[in-house]
Parts: sequence; C-alpha cells; structure tokens
Amino acid sequence: MMEEAREGSLSVSVQTIRVTEAVRDGDALTFVVISQKLSGSGEYHVARTHEDFEWLQQCLFSQEVVPGILGVIFPPLPAKPQLNAPTKVLKQLGFLAMGEDWRTYCRALETYLQQVAAHTMLSKNKCLENFLTSSEPPGRQRVRKGIFNRLSQAMDGMRREGHKDVDDFFQTERDNNLTLTGCSKSATERFIDVVLTEQKLAVACGHFSTSLHLCVEQEEDSTVLAFSKICVKLSEVIDSIKRNFESVAENNLSTMGLGLDLESRYQEAEKEMLYRRTCKLVELETASRNAERAKPVKKAAMDELKVAAEKEFDHVSGVAKQEIARFHSARVELLRQALILWCEKQLETARDTSTRYSQHLQAFKELGE
Amino acid sequence: MKMATSSERSPPPFPEDLEPEPDEVGDQDSDDGEDIFLGADNPLEIKMDPSLPANDITTKPLSEASSAPVMDILSEPASEASSAPMEDILSEPASANLEVTSAPMVDLLMEPASEASSAPMVDIFMEPASEASSAPMVDLLMEPASEASSAPMVDLLMEPASEASSAPMVDLLMEPASEASSAPMVDLLMEPASDDLKEPPKPDIIDPLADIINDTPLSEVKTPVVAMAQEPPSDLFNDEPSDLFAEPRPSNTAKQPQTSIFEEPDEDLFSEPLGEALKKPQNVFKEAFAPVAKASNVCGPLSDNYNEDPTDIFTEEAITTVPSAVNTISVNSKTNGVHSDEEEPDIFAEATVELSLDSPRNDRKKKEAAKPSVSAPAPLVAASASNPQPKTLEELEEEVEDKFELNISITNPEKVGDGMNAYMAYKVSTQTTLPMFRSKTFTVRRRFSDFLGLYEKLSDKHALNGYIVPPPPEKSIMGMTKVKVGKEDNSSAEFVERRRAALERYLQRVVFHPSLLQDPDVREFLERDDMPRAHNTQALSGAGFLKMINRATDSLSKMTIKMNESDVWFEEKLQEVEAEDQQLRKLHIMVDSLVGHRKELSVNTGGFAKSVAMLGNSEDNTALSRALSQLAEVEDKMEQLHQEQAASDSFCFAELLADYIRLLGSVRASFDQRMKAWQRWQDAQNMLQKKRETEAKLLWANKPDKLQQAKDEITEWEAKVTQYERDFDRVSATVRKEVLRFEKEKARDFKKQIVKYLESLLQSQQQLIKYWEAFLPEAKAIA
Repeated sequence: MMEEAREGSLSVSVQTIRVTEAVRDGDALTFVVISQKLSGSGEYHVARTHEDFEWLQQCLFSQEVVPGILGVIFPPLPAKPQLNAPTKVLKQLGFLAMGEDWRTYCRALETYLQQVAAHTMLSKNKCLENFLTSSEPPGRQRVRKGIFNRLSQAMDGMRREGHKDVDDFFQTERDNNLTLTGCSKSATERFIDVVLTEQKLAVACGHFSTSLHLCVEQEEDSTVLAFSKICVKLSEVIDSIKRNFESVAENNLSTMGLGLDLESRYQEAEKEMLYRRTCKLVELETASRNAERAKPVKKAAMDELKVAAEKEFDHVSGVAKQEIARFHSARVELLRQALILWCEKQLETARDTSTRYSQHLQAFKELGE
Repeated sequence: MKMATSSERSPPPFPEDLEPEPDEVGDQDSDDGEDIFLGADNPLEIKMDPSLPANDITTKPLSEASSAPVMDILSEPASEASSAPMEDILSEPASANLEVTSAPMVDLLMEPASEASSAPMVDIFMEPASEASSAPMVDLLMEPASEASSAPMVDLLMEPASEASSAPMVDLLMEPASEASSAPMVDLLMEPASDDLKEPPKPDIIDPLADIINDTPLSEVKTPVVAMAQEPPSDLFNDEPSDLFAEPRPSNTAKQPQTSIFEEPDEDLFSEPLGEALKKPQNVFKEAFAPVAKASNVCGPLSDNYNEDPTDIFTEEAITTVPSAVNTISVNSKTNGVHSDEEEPDIFAEATVELSLDSPRNDRKKKEAAKPSVSAPAPLVAASASNPQPKTLEELEEEVEDKFELNISITNPEKVGDGMNAYMAYKVSTQTTLPMFRSKTFTVRRRFSDFLGLYEKLSDKHALNGYIVPPPPEKSIMGMTKVKVGKEDNSSAEFVERRRAALERYLQRVVFHPSLLQDPDVREFLERDDMPRAHNTQALSGAGFLKMINRATDSLSKMTIKMNESDVWFEEKLQEVEAEDQQLRKLHIMVDSLVGHRKELSVNTGGFAKSVAMLGNSEDNTALSRALSQLAEVEDKMEQLHQEQAASDSFCFAELLADYIRLLGSVRASFDQRMKAWQRWQDAQNMLQKKRETEAKLLWANKPDKLQQAKDEITEWEAKVTQYERDFDRVSATVRKEVLRFEKEKARDFKKQIVKYLESLLQSQQQLIKYWEAFLPEAKAIA
C-alpha cells in the first residue's frame, strides 16, 4: 500500500514501550507513548490519539504483500474510549473504563503496542516504526475504510461461522475458541461486577465514616465524651474498611481484571483470525467447485484461481497454526502472571488490613469506659 | 382573722420568717439544685423564680406585712399535711433535723463532694436554728411530725407505684381532712401523725375568725405533735442504733448536733406531751414512729443533695443510700411487727422483700450501712422516694457488672403448632447467683407475645415515673407469616435468628436495669413455668408501636413549646436525644446499604466463582485449568466470607442501631412523662389560682356558706399542687438519672459491639490471608 518497508526492523526497544498518560484534549484523549531507542540513549516521545492507534491496526491488517497475513492473530486494540459517554457505552469498555485517569486503558494500549512490536511478522511493518517514532501523527484517512472492512466482515459472519472445517485441528480450535470466548467474557463481566460492588462498598464505607463523625458532640460530659470517642474510633475503623475495599478493588482491576480483559479480547482476536481463515476456506471450496464445473473454455482460468486460493489458504493455515501455538503459550503465561500478581497484591493488602484491624481492636480494648 | 392565726401559731414572732426560708431551701434543692449552693446566702431571691407560682404563699409573707403571712403560712402546713409533700416539709424541719442528719452523713461519706454539699446546707439551717429561740423550736419540731406522716405516704406513692399507692394515699389524705379534732393521737403511728398535723392548720384556715375555737384545738394538737416530733429523734438516736447495729459512732455523731440544737425543747416537750397525749401509743411510737420520722429527715437532705448536683454527688449519694436501703430490712421487720396499720404492713412487706434481695450483696457495705442505719427506717421512705431508690440500684448495678450475677440467654427457637396459629417459642435460660431467684439456673419457654406482655407490664408501671423501659423488637407480620407458612428458606431462618437475638438483647437490657430487675413481673417472666397468656399485645405490633412512639414524640414537641423549661439540662438533653435519633436513623440507613452491598458482593463473588470454574473446565492447559478450578474454590469460600461479614455487619451494627433507635423512643417517652408531670403541676396551679380568686370573690361578696367550700377546695388544690410539683421533681430526677444511665449503657454497648465486630472482621481477614496463601503456589505452578 503506502510506504511499506517490509525489511525495516524496529528501531526501538520493545520492552521499553510505555503509554504513560492520557491527556484530555477537549472531547478526545491523547496518549503519550514513550519508547527507548535501540541505538544509544534517548527516548521517543510521541502523542497519539485513538484514531492513530486505529490507523496502525488498519495498516497491520492490510499488509497484503505478506503471505498468510490473515492467519495472524492480531493483538486486540482496545475499543475507542469515549469521554462523556453514557454509562452503557462505558460498560462495553469494561475494566478499561474503570480506574482513575484512564490509567487502566493506557496499560491496555501499552500492552497492545508491546504485543505488536514483539510480533515477528507485524513488527516489520513500517507503520509501526512510524507510529512510535514520528513526531507528526500518521495519516488518518484510512481509518474509515478499516471500520468498513470489519463491518462487512461481520455482515456475512453469521453465515460462515458454522462452516464445517476440513482440518480437525482447526475444527477443535474453533470449538474451543468459541467456548473460551464465551467463558472468558462472562468471567470478565462477573469480575467487573465484583469490582464495581467493591467500589460501591468503599463509597458506602466512606459515607458511613463521615456520618459517624457527625455523631461527635463537643461536650465536657464524660459519658457523652466517651461515646464521641467511640464514634471517632469507629469512624477510623470504617475508614480502614473503606481503604481495604479500595485497594482490593484496585488490585482486582490492575491485575486479574486487566488479565481477564486481555484474555477475553485475545480470544476475540483469535476468533476473528479463525473466521478469516474459514472465509478463505469457503473461497477455496467455491473455487474448486467452480473449477470442476467449469466449461473447458474457462477451465484453465478457474484452475488458476483455484490454485491461487489453495496457495493462499495454505499460507494462512500455516501462519494460523504457528500463531495459535504461540497464542496458547502466551495466554497461559499472561494469565499466570496476572494470577500471581493478583494473589500477591491481595495478600499484601489483606495483611496490611489485618494489621490495621488488630491495631483498631487493640485501641478499642484499651478505650476506657 | 389574721390576729387569730398569729395567736394560734403561738410561738413565732420569728418563725414566720423562719419557715419560708427553709421552705425555700427545699424548693430550690429540688428545682434548681445548682443555684442553691451558689446562692445559698441569698436564697430568698433565687427561690422566687423557679417555684414562683407554687410558693406565692411563702414569698408573700416575706414581702408583706407580718400579719398577713401568718395566715399564709398556716395554710401552707395544711397543704403539706394533706398532700404529704416531701421536700417542702422535710426541709422545713430540716432546719433543726437536717443538721443532725447531715452531720452524720458527712461522717459517713467522708467525701469532699458531699461534704461540700452539706456544708452550705448546714449554713442555711444554722441560721434558723440560731435565730429561733426555744419558742420557734416548737414550731420546727412540729414539722417532723408532718414528715413522719408524709414519709409513709410518699412511700406509698412511690413504691408500689400503681397498685397500692392510691388507696393508702387517699386514706391518709382524706382522713385528716375529715377528722378535725385532736383525738387521733391514740391511733396508729402514721395516721395520727398526719392527723395531728392536719388539724392545726386546718382550723386555721377554716375558721380563721374564730379565735377561741382554734386556739384550743391547736394547742392541744400541737403538744402531741411536738411530742411526736421530739420523740423520734431522741428515740432514734438512742435506741435504734444500739439496738440494731450496736454501732456507737452514728449515734454519737447524730446525737451531738441533735442535743445541741434541741436542748431545750427536747427535754421540755418530750416528757410533757408524752404523758398527756401519747400514753398508749408511746411504746409504739418509740420504735415505729421514730424511725419513720427520722427516715424522712434523712431522705430530705439526701434528695436535696442529689438534686443539687446529681452528676457529681451521685455516686457518693448512692453509697449512703444503699446501706440504708439494705439495712431497712432488719429495721423494717421490726417496724412491721409494731405496726398495726392495715396497709402499711403490706407495703412494707413488699419493700422488705425487694430490698432484702439486695442485702446479701451489700454485706461489705454493712459497716457504712450501720451508720445510715440510724436512719434505717428511712428507706421505707427513702427507697420509695424515687431518688434514693435508683441510686441504691445504681450502686447495685455496678456490682452486677463486677460480679456478673445474672446471665440470660435465649435459645432454641421452635415452631409450635401449624398454620396461622403457629408461633415460635423460645427457650429463656437464666443463670444467676442472685438470691432473689429460687435457683441458680432455670429455663422457661416463652413466646413472642409474652415478651411484649412483659414490656407492657413494665411500661405501665415504670414509664410513668420517668424510667426508660427497654422496648422489645417490633412485631413483624411479614416475617412471622413466612415462618408460619413453614418455608424453611434462608430468609425465614434469618428472621428467626434475628428475632431471637433481638429478644435476647431486650431481655438482657431489662434485667440489666437495676430497677426493672426488681420488678416481680420480671422475675415471674424468668421463673414461672406456666405464664398466663399475654393479652392485647396486638397494639404493639410493628407499625403500631412505631406510631405510638411517634405520637409520643409529636405531643412531646408540642409540649416543648408550651413548657417554660426551668432546667437547661433537660432542654439540652432533649435536643441531644433528638439529634441523636436523627443521626442514628441516618447511620442505620447507611449500615443497611452497606449490608446490602456486602450481600451483593457475596452474590457477585459467587457468580465469578462459577464462571471461573467454567473457564477452568474448558481450559486445555492442565495446569491453568487446575489453577482456575482452585481459584473458583477460593472465590467460593470468599463468597461465604462476604456473606458472614454481611451478617456480622447486620447483627453488630444494623441491629444495634435499630435497638438504640427504639431505645431513644423510650428516652423521649421519659422526657414526655416529665413534661406531662410538669403540665399537671401547672394545671393544678392554675386551678388553685382560680379557686383562690373564687374565694376572694366570695369573701368580698360575704357569702360564708360557700366560703367554707371554697376554702376546702383551696386546701385540696394546694395539696395537689404540692403533690404534683413533687411528682414533677421526682420524675425529673428519675429521668435525669435514667438518661445518664442510658448514655453510659449506650457507650458500653457500642464499645462491646464494635469490639465484637472488629474481632469478626479481623478473623475473616485472616481467613482471607489463608486462602490467598494457599492459592499462590497454585498460580505459580502454572507452566
């Protein structure tokens, strides 16, 4: 398409790619992307909007020169964040819309860029280099087309989804993918509910704690004073509970929540890839049918088409097999990391809270009548 | 007329001045406690405002010419005698007797506070004492007699409260009124006292113009009275202490001031009237009457002190009264034996029973007790006089805390019967070392309406006096119907458990209340196997109960506007209570939402656990699958944990707050009772005013036939005014103490609950740590 330089390798270190913050600019969000140069010291600082990310994703999709590009499981790009959006739209973003200052969303974008940059086939794309290093924002005109493409894909998706596969491996993978997509999605949703409730609890505790402070009366009377003291102490206790909920929710969000979200989106991405392959399969089958039925006049042309389709399908299947294997190990590692991190953080919080509670308990026991 | 009265009141040139003064002291003590000490040197002025309407009579003499007051003063004793007031009369004689009593008291207490409080009193009383010559003395001494009469009466009023009080009171009130002559002396100790007392003033008022007629009865009457009055102190100090307690000290200390003040009248009057009028009753008097008279003396200062500065002196007071109350028993039995009166023995017997329950516990107090026991008979009065009684019990309460003598638990809620007639029966188990119960442990079965019935009984008896009667949980038709229908689901089990716990807390509050514990109905409820079915508890069901409280609050707020609050403390407290009510309601809503969120969290955690389990099931990677299944289990446990925490939130906080919102309703009701007492007093005053006006009109119109009736009415209403004022003071004192007690309880209760809550919180947190610790290696094992 454009100035694609297939051989060009990335000039930044993959591990150092960071999306540090989301800057609010009117109705749009601008993300600051930072990466370290491979050659010597120095960093690239670029500002990118979500449209830029979409352009990058589109570039990656449309590398038609690369054989079997359709077999790639493209790292999933988080959906467009919307400011002032109704709650329903925000809900679709799930975890990514939670957390302060879109920090969770930045983490998701960061993961996306790292995945793309780490991908052997995708990282060679000039667009990525451009995206990460060019101070000027890359062209945005393609975005529309990309969206259109995906929409048209979705249109006839229903018809082809159930198409019987010729390869048992892919058939199993497709079946598995279908269940896993559903399961991870529902798990994510359930987990969102948990986190949301925890946040609500934190807020409720906050109110409770504040109200308790209102019970305090400024009086010399010793009994009243004692009761006031109890109220203040209880308010502190409730505040600790509140902080506990806050950090538990935050832990859930930043570790397991993000992990589940990514898992669920990756499953979607795999599903899309499998779907693209299925489409190719359908194309190939159509071509072979056409070739068989073709009049002798057109036979040669049809055969040629069939061979081309066959070749493309093989490419796609080959890439897909590699990708699936890579994906499987990657997602296990990803979930493992998420689980471990989650567990550790929750343990830490639980221990902290436990210490605080016992301090409160001690304080209460020492509290005079 | 005025001339006549003054001559009747033979002794006094001074006494007129004298009497109002102590009287004021009494009024102020009860009304306006703080002032009296601050302005003890200037009591006349202070007294004006608090009891202005009530004491028109007394103030008048001060300002007006000397001839006028005579009549006024005379009319006053009349009201005293007929209405059996406490403080007024008590403080009057107190000028003489108080000194006696306050001195030993100081000795007893050895407390700076009480010393301080008694000091000014002594001052005040010194004044009259010194001013008063031997002549006024007679006057002063006469009053003890009235005390004597008022003492039992007060006793009757307070103690048996609703039951016995009305009958004897009326008796006492009526009898003297109707009997005009001085004959009654021969009668019984109590009655004669009041009779005699009644007489002198009465003639004064009725026939102020008939000098000669009055003169004779008066002097006649007076002598016996004086004799009586005289006798008690000496009797008391000589006989009682040595008899009962063989404790020389109290008698010494008491005796000293006594003799010093009374020196002259003592010897003179003592022997004379005794020989004349008291020949028969003499021996009776010695034992029975004397204590009573003395009792009232003691009671007087005590209640005074208490009212002056309850918060400070409180405890010290308690110490003095407890022993006296405790020791009453022994004295009581004696008195009872001597008494030939009909009602008295009954009432005293009851008192004796009740009080004796405490006695063993107060063994260690015996030493102190021995001294107050000089005034031992007092408790008949003192205990009943509401002020001392709660004090006594407060003291006991402290001990209950220390020794943990009563432990009540409600267990085994059990459905009895079927269908809509089914009900839950609860096992009420009591463990106690209190000797008031027949055995150390016993169990009865009670149903919910029995609890409501108990509340009604207690409420009827005690709420009127300003006590805060703990309210039972509301009836819940919804919850109970579910139980009746027999669905064994979670919510009905929770309902039963919630109610069980609420009933347990309710009952514990009742028995923890020192006065309520003494109530025979409580004992019956705890002990009796075949409890008669409670009736009419329907009125208390759920909404109805709340409505009742609200209604009480409404009328309360209405009355607040009308009431010209004489005591800032009550005004502030009421505001506090109302503000607190609002806050607790707000907190309750918050805790409710907290509990709701917790439950939601529990449900959501459960949902997450399920979907994680499904994810694990469909996972190809064995290690990951295993880890996810483990995670699902962990989340399941957490669901349980959250659920428990929700229950803990609900039980520790929501229920506690609900309890206290209900209790605050009772607190407000007690304020309401005080307000009602005030209202009644004010109404009576207005009525009295009207009657006076009528009398003045009749006097002016010169209609002697109707005049007599008007005078009778005035006497009657004067008595009522004094009575109601006293009631008001008493209710005020009770409310004040109850509120303080309530606040103390509240702080303790909250603290206890919070500690419990924190413990549960800590425990579940540690459980959580265990879960995570167990899961961590599983996560790490994923390859």
